[in-house]
Amino acid sequence: MSELNIKYHNDFLKEVEENVEEGKWVKMCMQCGVCAGSCPLGPHWAHPPQELFMMVRAGKRAEVLGSDSMWMCTSCYNCVVRCPRKLPITQIMHGLATYSNQLGLTPKIQPTRDFSILFWKNCTRTGRVNELKLTLGLYFMDGFMAGIKKGWAMRGIGLGLVKAGRLNAFELLKGHVCKDQKGIRAMLNKAAEIEQRRKRPAV
Amino acid sequence: MTTPIATSQTILVVGGGISGMTAALEAAECGKQVILLEKSPTLGGRTSLLYRYFPKLCHPVCGLEINLRRLKGNRNVRVITMAEVTRISGTRGNYTVAAKVSPRYINENCTACGECARAVSAEIPNPYNYGLDQMKVAYLPHDMAYPLRYVLDPSAIGTEEAGKAQAACKYSAVDPGMQEEALELTVGAVIWATGWQPYDAAKIQPYGYDRFPNVITSLEFERLCDPHGPTGGRILRSSDGKEAKNIAFIQCAGSRDENHLRHCSRICCMASLKQTQYVRDVYGEDGKSTIYYIDIRAIDRFEDFYQKVRKDPTVSFIKSKVARIAQESKSGDLILHGVDTEGYHRYANTHDLVVLAVGMAPSVHGADIPAEIVADSSGFLEPGSGIFGAGCASGPLDVNRSVQHATAAALRAIQVINQNSNAEPAP
Repeated sequence: MSELNIKYHNDFLKEVEENVEEGKWVKMCMQCGVCAGSCPLGPHWAHPPQELFMMVRAGKRAEVLGSDSMWMCTSCYNCVVRCPRKLPITQIMHGLATYSNQLGLTPKIQPTRDFSILFWKNCTRTGRVNELKLTLGLYFMDGFMAGIKKGWAMRGIGLGLVKAGRLNAFELLKGHVCKDQKGIRAMLNKAAEIEQRRKRPAV
Repeated sequence: MTTPIATSQTILVVGGGISGMTAALEAAECGKQVILLEKSPTLGGRTSLLYRYFPKLCHPVCGLEINLRRLKGNRNVRVITMAEVTRISGTRGNYTVAAKVSPRYINENCTACGECARAVSAEIPNPYNYGLDQMKVAYLPHDMAYPLRYVLDPSAIGTEEAGKAQAACKYSAVDPGMQEEALELTVGAVIWATGWQPYDAAKIQPYGYDRFPNVITSLEFERLCDPHGPTGGRILRSSDGKEAKNIAFIQCAGSRDENHLRHCSRICCMASLKQTQYVRDVYGEDGKSTIYYIDIRAIDRFEDFYQKVRKDPTVSFIKSKVARIAQESKSGDLILHGVDTEGYHRYANTHDLVVLAVGMAPSVHGADIPAEIVADSSGFLEPGSGIFGAGCASGPLDVNRSVQHATAAALRAIQVINQNSNAEPAP
């Protein structure tokens, strides 16, 4: 493959349509800009959805999949309800993010991705989210000392939660779990199998 | 009112706007008998509420005048105003049409002297200026009204206003006892020319038409610019009465939107291009127009007009559908938020006045037409075999194309009548 081909992958739109959730809608965008203007986090994105769609169609594969724009989506659905062509923009943003992660093209330090992985591991381990472990995991994401500092800063809220009976320190040891551990595992394995069947191997 | 004579040789035209008038006249001038029903008290429809036409910027008064003259000189057309069709039954060549005629409370004796309007004091919002000002309960719709006869609004009946009007009239034309009448007509063909209505701009929530006084529709802007309109042709803001010099035009307000109107209304781009020239006429180089658009659809020969406006230094173009409008509470100015497509720059632009180029919805939605017809998903009429859509009832059209379309509809109706008269001897 020549250098030009790597940079401007000509079949990128097709690739997105086949591999990204709701990717078939990308070609329907008419570039009106309502999504970009309606996004509450709009000013903080490098590329608003409208621009991402145009980049997909222009074949800018590395720039799209390496972008952290789609990771900024908070699923408020403002763009989806206002889009004059009813594109499922939120879903496409998450689809692009997931696909980029699968291919390992996501920028190295991407807090949204890192938290998503943390959350997924946490809730699939026992079938229930262990909030204490999740919170501590989030605190210590940036290293041991940073975690201690954050925990110390939040100690007031933590103690308040313990007093109100909303937080149990023993959750740290085992925590409450789903009764049917086997069933949860079987369900997740089946879902992964279906997903694998549906998706073609990554290009 | 004398009941009109109608047979299977008669063509019924529903709607007396530019399309209905054209269809009725073209058929009548071919010697066919035509009955023209109009819901409002006057012919002319929405065309008579426009200030100027694109692309030549001539005045609608001219075209209407010609049509009214043709109408007055033709014995084959019977015009009935304030009439609404309630049911159409039958098949091609043989329809029975039921209609109701609302009372005008002023009879044929009226000479349009205007004494009744001077005598009454109660006022109602003026629909001929889209409610931008008030009119008396005894009124002449507008200067081009046909028939040239006053109307007494139903709200005046049973009040002393009706008595005042009656006392003021020297020709005993005011008749508050007038009743609604029912009509039943037998006709051979029906031309459905009920026209269009502006899409309800209040439904486009982020633009705040119902919250911000300085967000208006393109139809209201036509009235503002018209010397016969509520402001005498001055472009004044309704919040503070100041002249608006920095005006934004937002295209596709309702059109091309799955949440509102699915179709492209076709005329709005040209209407906004035209309206930028009104602004230039009023202020010269001091006015400023900004058009926010997805893409300018100036179809075929209108491209020249678009190119002319493009060169106008007072007009700028921003390729973006505005996402949201906010109002500066003190000044009443409007801030338009969005991202432009040419470079993806985020903007927050301030304007004195925002004109929404609202889309065209059918005046009577296909589903509400009391006859067996086929309509598209937007409610516009599809071609039929004995009931023919004409003008904007069949899709969004400008005046020029409406006239062409109505002429075609007249030809189709004439074909039905000719088949009828070949099949049976003329009565």
